[in-house]
Amino acid sequence: MATTTANAPRLAEGEWRRPARSLWSDAWHHFRRHRLAMAGVVVLGIIVVATLFGPLLWTVPYQKLDYSAALVGPSPAHPFGTTDLGHDLFARILWGGRISLAVGLTAVLIAISLGTLVGALSGFFGGTLDDLLMRLTDMFLSLPQLPLLLLTIYLFRDMLRELVGPELGIFILIVTVVGALTWMPTARLVRASFLSIKRKEFVEAARTVGATDRRIIVRHILPNVMSPVLVSATIGVGAAIITESALSFLGLGFPSDVPSWGRVLYDAQNFMEIAPHWAIFPGMFIFLTVLSINYMGDGLRDALDPRRTQR
Amino acid sequence: MGKYLLRRLLIAIPTLLLISMVVYAILALAPGDPLSQFGLDPRVPPEVRENIRRQLGLDQPWHVRYVKWLIAALQGDLGYSFQSRVPVSELIAQKLPNTLSVLGVAYVLAVLLAIPIGVVSAVKRYSFFDHAATTFAFIGFSVPTFFTGIILILIFSVKLHWLPFIYQSTLNVSLFDMESILAQLKQSIMPITVLTLFQTATLVRFVRSEMLENMPLDYVRTARAKGLQERFVVIRHVLRNSLIPVVTLIALGVPAIFGGALITEQIFRIPGIGLMLVAAIEQSDTPVVMGATLMFSVLVVLFNIVADLLYGVLDPRIRYD
Repeated sequence: MATTTANAPRLAEGEWRRPARSLWSDAWHHFRRHRLAMAGVVVLGIIVVATLFGPLLWTVPYQKLDYSAALVGPSPAHPFGTTDLGHDLFARILWGGRISLAVGLTAVLIAISLGTLVGALSGFFGGTLDDLLMRLTDMFLSLPQLPLLLLTIYLFRDMLRELVGPELGIFILIVTVVGALTWMPTARLVRASFLSIKRKEFVEAARTVGATDRRIIVRHILPNVMSPVLVSATIGVGAAIITESALSFLGLGFPSDVPSWGRVLYDAQNFMEIAPHWAIFPGMFIFLTVLSINYMGDGLRDALDPRRTQR
Repeated sequence: MGKYLLRRLLIAIPTLLLISMVVYAILALAPGDPLSQFGLDPRVPPEVRENIRRQLGLDQPWHVRYVKWLIAALQGDLGYSFQSRVPVSELIAQKLPNTLSVLGVAYVLAVLLAIPIGVVSAVKRYSFFDHAATTFAFIGFSVPTFFTGIILILIFSVKLHWLPFIYQSTLNVSLFDMESILAQLKQSIMPITVLTLFQTATLVRFVRSEMLENMPLDYVRTARAKGLQERFVVIRHVLRNSLIPVVTLIALGVPAIFGGALITEQIFRIPGIGLMLVAAIEQSDTPVVMGATLMFSVLVVLFNIVADLLYGVLDPRIRYD
């Protein structure tokens, strides 16, 4: 009891002061008011928990064949129905969610790291390095993304499959290529912020007390740049999930024994007349996940925007 | 302006060269082999296989092949498809109308829909219309085109049997034959709707936020203070200024819709550039892949320049020197 009173701010009689808030608790306070963003958090939370723990509870193996129950619609035995080989779709979608979500997160992580690195170096050091890196960024921006994505994945698929196995091979390939083709907007964003922040007094102050470039970049400037990066990363996860599904949907992503949502949809294409449920469930999950993520990004943008109207 | 254009074009050349070289190198260094079909066939003796390789020029190292390809490409010769022995430029010319007739219509429709929706949504901010429009835009932007396409097929082809499942390119459309026009309409409605929905959603968000940025500015208040009708204030003043970045975005978006066409063409089996590219990649048909990729790259670079120039034309505050 003694500690709580000791830490409490000393207030004059009758004075009301709201507790001090950090940037993040302030942002959270605003985020919570964005109803659709909160709905996004809840829906995405349910999907994440379901894909993580669902396979422990719903113990039907996703690769189990059962020809006697092929192409049946949703029923208590198979809540989402089955495929032409009698795979249980519920199990496949739970399992596939792990893959789709993991691809989205990892690809964005790669893109953000690359983009932040390029943007920070470019913005902080300027000069020739800046020119060079920005030319590189421009060049990457004018690459035809989807064709190139298809091309690299098709060509290097077999090689990586032999090296690290079919699942991991494609995973590494998709994540790397998507990451390597989407870092440019982050790089520009980070560079622009670096350009404006590196002239601020607190950076000068850090330099005067002898901080190294590295320390100034990592400890002083970077934390100030992270909020717009976080917003674009959130939206990026949704975009990466769509890209992975699109690749799988074109038949150039995961093989059919790795049921990512896009792959399940690709397999369903030829059975749309007899088994519409097969296409609807994975599509629904992609859609719900991306929609939730986008609403979360929207909420984050509002919450982290320093210009937002104070209420 | 002329000088600026020249400089941009000069920068575009090395960019395109670099892109084509990267794609060529990836293709050449990857383990795929255009002769793999022959390779699987034990009846083809190794000497014959070697001969075909030599005929196709595959026995030379990749940088030699690249330079040869480049010199030919500069003269407008993109080579022959390994698979069908048809000139690549002819193949592209043959597929392009299918792609454009769907894409072009969808993009124009999207622009025509998005601008009025975005404007009304911004002017009547927080109204019922605004909520409906922003929700629609958010959903349209989040739903992947392949899912919209599948839903449309399930509803209109599978359940209702109103529209055909698969796009027929052999359909002979003539202006005097109502039946053929109707059939063409019927088979293009779904792919066009899918693309239009997505593009409109993206643009509406943008138009709306640009309008909202401009509305509280001083010049708008001045226009109102002069006693102008609200309609004129919105259309002549706010919209005109908001359209500057919107037009740029529209120009920048053109190459991206070609990317999106890959997926739409796959769903509805439209024999356009996208399907051609996917098939060519699967068959390691280097000349076709190179031709199509080069076309995409030229489009991206070209429309980047167009967007920059438009910006200068529309916004007198920007001067190129």
